[in-house]
Order: sequence, then structure tokens, then C-alpha cells
Amino acid sequence: MPQQLEYLKETPSQTAGPYMHIGLAPGAAGFEIYDPAALGQDITGPNAAGERIRIEGLVTDGTGSPVKDVLLEAWQANAAGIYAHPEHPGEVEAGFRGWGRVITDFDSGEWGFETVKPGAVMGRNGQMMAPHINLWIVARGINVGLNTRLYFEDEAEANAADPVINVIEWEKRRKTLIAKRSERDGQVVYRFDIHLQGDDETVFFDI
Amino acid sequence: MTIAPPKQGEFYQRDRRWHPPAFHQNYKTSVARSPKLSMISLENTVSEITGPRFGHSDLAPGDNDLLTNYAQPEQSPIGERIIVHGRVLDENARPVPNTLVEIWQANASGRYRHKKDAYLGAIDPNFGGCGRTMTDENGYYYFRTVKPGAYPWRNWVNDWRPAHIHVSVFGTGFAQRLITQLYFEGDPLIKTCPSWRRSRIPTPSSS
Repeated sequence: MPQQLEYLKETPSQTAGPYMHIGLAPGAAGFEIYDPAALGQDITGPNAAGERIRIEGLVTDGTGSPVKDVLLEAWQANAAGIYAHPEHPGEVEAGFRGWGRVITDFDSGEWGFETVKPGAVMGRNGQMMAPHINLWIVARGINVGLNTRLYFEDEAEANAADPVINVIEWEKRRKTLIAKRSERDGQVVYRFDIHLQGDDETVFFDI
Repeated sequence: MTIAPPKQGEFYQRDRRWHPPAFHQNYKTSVARSPKLSMISLENTVSEITGPRFGHSDLAPGDNDLLTNYAQPEQSPIGERIIVHGRVLDENARPVPNTLVEIWQANASGRYRHKKDAYLGAIDPNFGGCGRTMTDENGYYYFRTVKPGAYPWRNWVNDWRPAHIHVSVFGTGFAQRLITQLYFEGDPLIKTCPSWRRSRIPTPSSS
């Protein structure tokens, strides 16, 4: 018989609704209020080492249509694979937070942010995790924020050995986590489209 | 019977059967935006047990006072003045200090200051509708604001959202990232709201 779990229950999630910009990105709602400005605009700070990259994509729903009112948060290590957090030994560059907030364009649904490419991070049991960015997605119609990971196309060898990718038993679904690399006007751009539903439904994690 | 606490730094797995389900027929927008495949269960790695850290330099002392943070000098928003306060606790009832709490809400007439909200409720020139603060060493936070109004929304016929305030909480790791909504005790609209019903929140009067 299962044990009774005696701990406080987490407050239930509720949808972020259509107007989360007011609280999380007021400029997008149409007004300015905070000084210091809204948080999450600068992921890396000015001193971060590593390759400067841009990540962009589209979130689509079960009909294949763009979801135009999404908010995403990104959480990543620096180029040396260190998170800016006391639980992770090591130092990050001054001003590096590794966290960002990005909203979609209301007309197109496109989103994008600038950062540095993270380094590989040590995972459980001494297994190295391939470079990745953790993403959290909220919107109207999403009752509990969705967690996924973005991995990089040009890290094929590290991805093949990644202990998290390898937990996904359907090999054909693993590609939903791989961002495609290209160059545009001299800048490295990774494309990462997220499918909430459908044939190519993105892998989401229960963490 | 009690269970052993998780290893330092790791979190209890989020209880997805306690949170509202992704798909709910009575919440129309969820139908095309809810993943259909199971999420992949993932044991915590450093990517999940770490998360962004904020300091008092990230915000201003008055950011938690919605009565003044957008009001004109000598002016004040319309509505019943309230204090919203509480504590952020982990599942072992330990306070979570120095974590960011952000809120947003409609004004007293049920209108959001958002360029996408076209409800006939009046915009209050002295109310922005958002606030942010850090919990203190005991996990305590508070906001001053006005009680938001209820408003109808496009779902089923005559569906009204009960008065509510959206709340965003970080915790200590990205796995704890949460957005929820707070409602007001005794509000007769609560039990008719699909948003509430789908949340499975047990209350003495729930039906």
C-alpha cells in the first residue's frame, strides 16, 4: 500500500491568462511602471564569455496555428556550464543571471532572445548533460506552465550521450528538443519551434 | 508514517493530479493548447534545483504598493483598499526567504490595463495593476492594492471570472516556478467558474 505523503500540498497552478504581461512584462501590455525596469530582459550581462547567439521560434497549437500570447522563461548555465545559483559550485561572470523572460509578437507569434551558448553541465550520477537551455511556457489556455529543454543541433555527439534526451524512449520525439542552427547577417541563430499538440508535439518534462 | 525528506537541494515531484489538468472541455482555450502525450518524468538535475536569484536592487521599495505605484501625485485608485499578505513555504513548511513574488490584476471595475483588453469596465488612470516584492527572512510578503472587480469572459454563456489576483512565484529552483490565482473568500462567483472547478481545490463549500 502506498505511503501517505505528509507534506504541504503545493498551491495549485492556475492559468497565467491573456494579460500576464501586466505583471511580468508591463511594456508589452502598453505601459511603463517599474524602475528598475521589468526583469528578465538581459540574460547574460555585459561580461559573459562564450559564443553570442540568438534563439527564436514560434509556439503552435494543435491546429498548427501560432500561439500569439505566450510568455517563455529561459534558465541556463554560462558558457562554462555553471548556473548562477549557490547550489552550483563555481563562479559566473559579474552580471550573469542566466534567466530571461521573452514574449511573443502579438501579430506573428514569433519570439526571440539573445544570449550566450551554455556549456555542458554535470548531471546525475556523474553523467554529463549536453549544453541546453531550460524553458518554461505559460499562456492563456495552459493551466500548468510547461517545462521543456532546448538542445543544440551542432552538439550531436553530446546530445547522443545526454542522459535526459535518452530518457525519452520514443527516439523520433527527441528531435523536438533540438534547435536548428543557421547564420543571418553574421549572427548565429538557433530556431526552436514548440508544438503544444499534434504530430510533432514537443517533449515536455514532469520535473 | 513519514517519509524521508528529499536529498538536499532536490524537490518533491510536482503532483500533477493535484494541479488542474491541461485539457478541460469547459475551458475552451485549453482544448488546442494542451499537450496530448504524457510528460516525461525527470529526476531533478542541477538544471531543475537551481533557478534565478533576485536582490533588492532589482526592484524599488514601492513596487509592492499598487495604491501608489502608478497613481498621479495626490491621487489614488478607485475601489476597496486591501492588503494581500502571506508567506511562501516549501512542502516541509519551511519559509522560502528572498524569493520574488509578482502580482497582476484587474482594477475595481474588472478592467485590465492591457492593450488587448476591450472590456467596457473603465480604465482607472491611477491604477497600473501590477506589483512585485521579495519575501523577507520568514518567507513573508505583502501588497497594498484595491480589490479587483469580476468580469465576464468569452467562454460559455454568461461565464464570469470571480474577482482574482494573479500571483507568480519563483521559489529556490526552476522546478518550483509557479503561476496561480488568488480568490476572495465568500465570493459567490467562485463555484460557477470553470477556472476554479477545474483546479480541484478542495474547500468546505466546494461542489
